[in-house]
Amino acid sequence: MRKPIYLDYSATTPVDPRVAEKMIPWLTENFGNPASRSHAFGWEAEQAVENARVEVAKLVNCDAKEIVWTSGATESDNLAIKGAAHFYKTKGKHLITMKTEHKAVLDTMRELEREGFQVTYLDPQPDGLLDLEKFKAALRPDTIVVSIMLVNNEIGVIQPIAEIGEICRSKGIIFHVDAAQATGKLPIDLAAVKVDLMSFSAHKTYGPKGIGALYVRRKPRVRLEAQMHGGGHEKGFRSGTLATHQIVGMGEAFRIAREEMATENDRIRMLRDRLLAGVQDLEEVYVNGDLEQRVPHNLNVSFNFVEGESLIMGIKELAVSSGSACTSASLEPSYVLRALGRNDELAHSSIRFTIGRFTTKEDIDYAVKLVKERIGKLREMSPLWEMYKEGIDLNTVQWAAH
Amino acid sequence: MAYSEKVIDHYENPRNVGSFAKDEKGVATGMVGAPACGDVMKLQIKVNEQGIIEDAKFKTYGCGSAIASSSLVTEWVKGKSVDEAATIRNTQIAEELALPPVKIHCSILAEDAIKAAVADYKKKYGADAEPDKKAAD
Repeated sequence: MRKPIYLDYSATTPVDPRVAEKMIPWLTENFGNPASRSHAFGWEAEQAVENARVEVAKLVNCDAKEIVWTSGATESDNLAIKGAAHFYKTKGKHLITMKTEHKAVLDTMRELEREGFQVTYLDPQPDGLLDLEKFKAALRPDTIVVSIMLVNNEIGVIQPIAEIGEICRSKGIIFHVDAAQATGKLPIDLAAVKVDLMSFSAHKTYGPKGIGALYVRRKPRVRLEAQMHGGGHEKGFRSGTLATHQIVGMGEAFRIAREEMATENDRIRMLRDRLLAGVQDLEEVYVNGDLEQRVPHNLNVSFNFVEGESLIMGIKELAVSSGSACTSASLEPSYVLRALGRNDELAHSSIRFTIGRFTTKEDIDYAVKLVKERIGKLREMSPLWEMYKEGIDLNTVQWAAH
Repeated sequence: MAYSEKVIDHYENPRNVGSFAKDEKGVATGMVGAPACGDVMKLQIKVNEQGIIEDAKFKTYGCGSAIASSSLVTEWVKGKSVDEAATIRNTQIAEELALPPVKIHCSILAEDAIKAAVADYKKKYGADAEPDKKAAD
């Protein structure tokens, strides 16, 4: 079977061949434990880990000492949010986040609620962005941690973290940012924005899976309670033998991102605009999330009167994500699109196209052709499309819900 | 999700897609489901003077299994009397299409669509009435 065209770069990216090549020696000949202080095997591994730490730090303009290795963004989110909440619990018990955050943040917040913390989950505006006035209104004297993602994984919108950081700093609140979907997609300057904790993942930026990092600000110093106990690696923030090859891969991936981001994003924006123009030839197509405050890699659109899973099945030559969770066991539409106020039908019929380093113009043209053809076929089969064409307002129909 | 070959076949080559004119003689319509639930099925049957379903058409908004379930029942109801058609059970549909547990609701919806079409037929033409008589009223 021919593999489909990959347009799901926000799910994961392939490891860049340059990255893979750099990783291999650290699995075979240079296999030492970076924590071994008594021989050359350990020293060279430690040097490789520190070089990679510098590369990660450079991409986001922070000090290498502020980078803590983890297994990925999920672990970074857990360490940041639970670690800060546990450390600062004597100051207060209230946290703030958004309903459109990744499950790694939302589920961590739920766990803290079970422990007795209180969490406010803010609704986004219909464009997916945080309303700063609503945010200010949600702050309480006992608010200790705020967690807002930089780039949303489903709709690609960019939250105003600079403004949120100013507000949090002025009130002495710890501000965590999940930047898993942001690295290599937009410039991040931690010297300029007042972010205290930031989560990173390697595999969304052409690095390997299973490795990530957490930025922990030193000035002013941010304290965390460790979640993983053991040998005291990573200054006690996160014990566990460092995976040298993974770390080397993340460092190289972030170096390439820093050097190539500007030109790469111009090309990706051109492809995204071509894709958008193509699908907008169809009637009743809705873009989910703000199109300006958004990374160029993401296009999330809803095709009205077509059901999401049948759409995915219809365009199986494309590897994309559906906003409908029908493909898993539940039948719930995307909670992110629901939070934007999209109705269930539009939430169900959304497709997330995410474009990346190895996407070509031919891929995009093929995708547009396929989408147009299959949407047409599915609409011919859709009773809702027929009713729409007859001028029936579907909101006035009494549906027999089941 | 991995679909069975039969589901893929019905999805790619759906049988009897379309609509009958609503005022056509002997035509009854069953529409079930809700957009908010992710599926809506419209099943139409065309019943002859002997009370036999001589044609059926469907339109479905839903996943591949929902499309396949409705496509299948249009084939099954043809040639049956309306009462026979009403005895088709979702378990038969699910078995024929090898639906996984999370897709059983699609077969239930298809069964409901048949029942709704039969009920519409009886409402329009009377429980025992022939389509002709009612149409002549």
